[in-house]
Amino acid sequence: MQIKGSDTIVNLVQVWAERFVEKNPECNIGVTGGGSGTGFAALLNSTCDIAMASRAIEDKEIAKAAQNNIEPVEHIVGLDGLAVLINKNNPADKLTLEQLRDIFMAKITNWKEVGGEDRKIVILSRESNSGTHMFFKEHVLRRGNAKSKEEFAPSALLMPSSQAIYDEVSQNPNALGYTGMGYINGEVKAVSVAKDESSGYFYPTADNVITGRYPISRPLYLYTNGMAKGIVGKFIDYALSPEGQKIVEETDFVPIKKKSE
Amino acid sequence: MRKIIDSVMETIVFICGILSIVFVALIFGFLLKEGFAFFKEFGVINFITGRFWYPVSNPPQFGILPLIVGSLLVTVGAAVIAVPMGVMAALYISEIAPKGVRDILKSFVELMAAIPSVVIGFVGMVTIVPIIRMTFNLPTGLTAFTGSLMLAFMAMPTIVTISEDAIRSVPWAYKEGALALGATRWQTVRRIVLKAAMPGIVAAVMLGIGRVIGETMAVMMITGNAAQIPHSIFEPVRTMTATIAAEMGETVRGGMHYRALFALGFVLFVITFIVNFVADLFSGKSKK
Repeated sequence: MQIKGSDTIVNLVQVWAERFVEKNPECNIGVTGGGSGTGFAALLNSTCDIAMASRAIEDKEIAKAAQNNIEPVEHIVGLDGLAVLINKNNPADKLTLEQLRDIFMAKITNWKEVGGEDRKIVILSRESNSGTHMFFKEHVLRRGNAKSKEEFAPSALLMPSSQAIYDEVSQNPNALGYTGMGYINGEVKAVSVAKDESSGYFYPTADNVITGRYPISRPLYLYTNGMAKGIVGKFIDYALSPEGQKIVEETDFVPIKKKSE
Repeated sequence: MRKIIDSVMETIVFICGILSIVFVALIFGFLLKEGFAFFKEFGVINFITGRFWYPVSNPPQFGILPLIVGSLLVTVGAAVIAVPMGVMAALYISEIAPKGVRDILKSFVELMAAIPSVVIGFVGMVTIVPIIRMTFNLPTGLTAFTGSLMLAFMAMPTIVTISEDAIRSVPWAYKEGALALGATRWQTVRRIVLKAAMPGIVAAVMLGIGRVIGETMAVMMITGNAAQIPHSIFEPVRTMTATIAAEMGETVRGGMHYRALFALGFVLFVITFIVNFVADLFSGKSKK
């Protein structure tokens, strides 16, 4: 079985594949990256069984698939979403994507400009080796535009871990930083984020991420040709199983099913 | 037979002695090899005077001026705090403290040296960082000053132990002579003891500074790691060591970023070399 596509989730799928093969030693799984587009192309050309993607399939790809007699079926297997954390005593509670970008590029430097007290904003980012650093840069600073050159301001503090960001935010009313959604709890609060001023502000919850209303997030997909059957179906089921979803969490993504279920 | 043992032992001792030079030369050569490839491509001047460090952008920017300033600021700050305190603590332990107190103090100073830096960093992060922020009314407690404070704490044991040895090795006759001439205790300490022990104290200070400038884990956790040129010691800085440690894991072997980090290591090596060289110069002078 061949799995191809997005580099974002290649590590996650790799772990799934390893554990899956341990349980089903008769099958052999190859996982390669290359990008979501590469994955779709391979699925359309029948050179892979599963395409992994961090974006939904485009209409023109569906049309092309129809020509090749391929029927792509979408499976959402996890979520990639980031919460913007602030201190629980900070009165600010909502930001637009544009405000967020300006804050992280140090164009907005005081909380009073975005509905807070008269305090300097302390920007917390992750080190550049982190996937969340890249994700945030691409989705908030550059708005998904691969050609743009926006960078985090040099005054941004680069923290060695999400835990370090959480620690600083929990004790510093000036700070703001981004982490996975698992870090939201009583000691810190997450801001609601709007795509722009006219659209609503949404709090980072699993529901808002799945429906796409929360803007700093995206679902993670696996695509199969037709309804998944046989070993491919078994693999998708495994990915969605509690064990598979636990791996989603371990690899710093958001599971689509809550732990209680 | 005795001659053979003698010459064998002599060779072994010689090899052990020469090994340190070999190791330093090897490390230097390796840094130079990787760093030189980078310098050739990017330019030394661009590297050292560049103000922006965006190693994974496209195109990448490798300006290490903020990192050099960050490292120096933290180090100087730590030295200003640790040197007077360390030397005075050494004076107290060797000259003034009664024997019981001295033994307790000495064992605690040695214990201080044994605390791993990651523990110091962690304790600093949860205790000192909020205190610094509130005391000085700063936007964040993750500053160069916080780093200096914790590093001073780490340099203290080195400075105290070695200075104390130097002070104690000042011959009794010097002190007796001074006291006999009617000098007070403070005059004796200041004019005779400190002066005679100066080479040892300078060595202690330099070793302490060497430890501070190379320290990585604690500064990475508490200085904020913002690659900007700070306007004061109360702003976040990013040090050279923290940059190497934080970024080495992700780089492609042989890539531009990888080589840039080696070049950064080379600069760090040169700086520590200069510190040691100056120390040698000074201690050589005062011995005469």
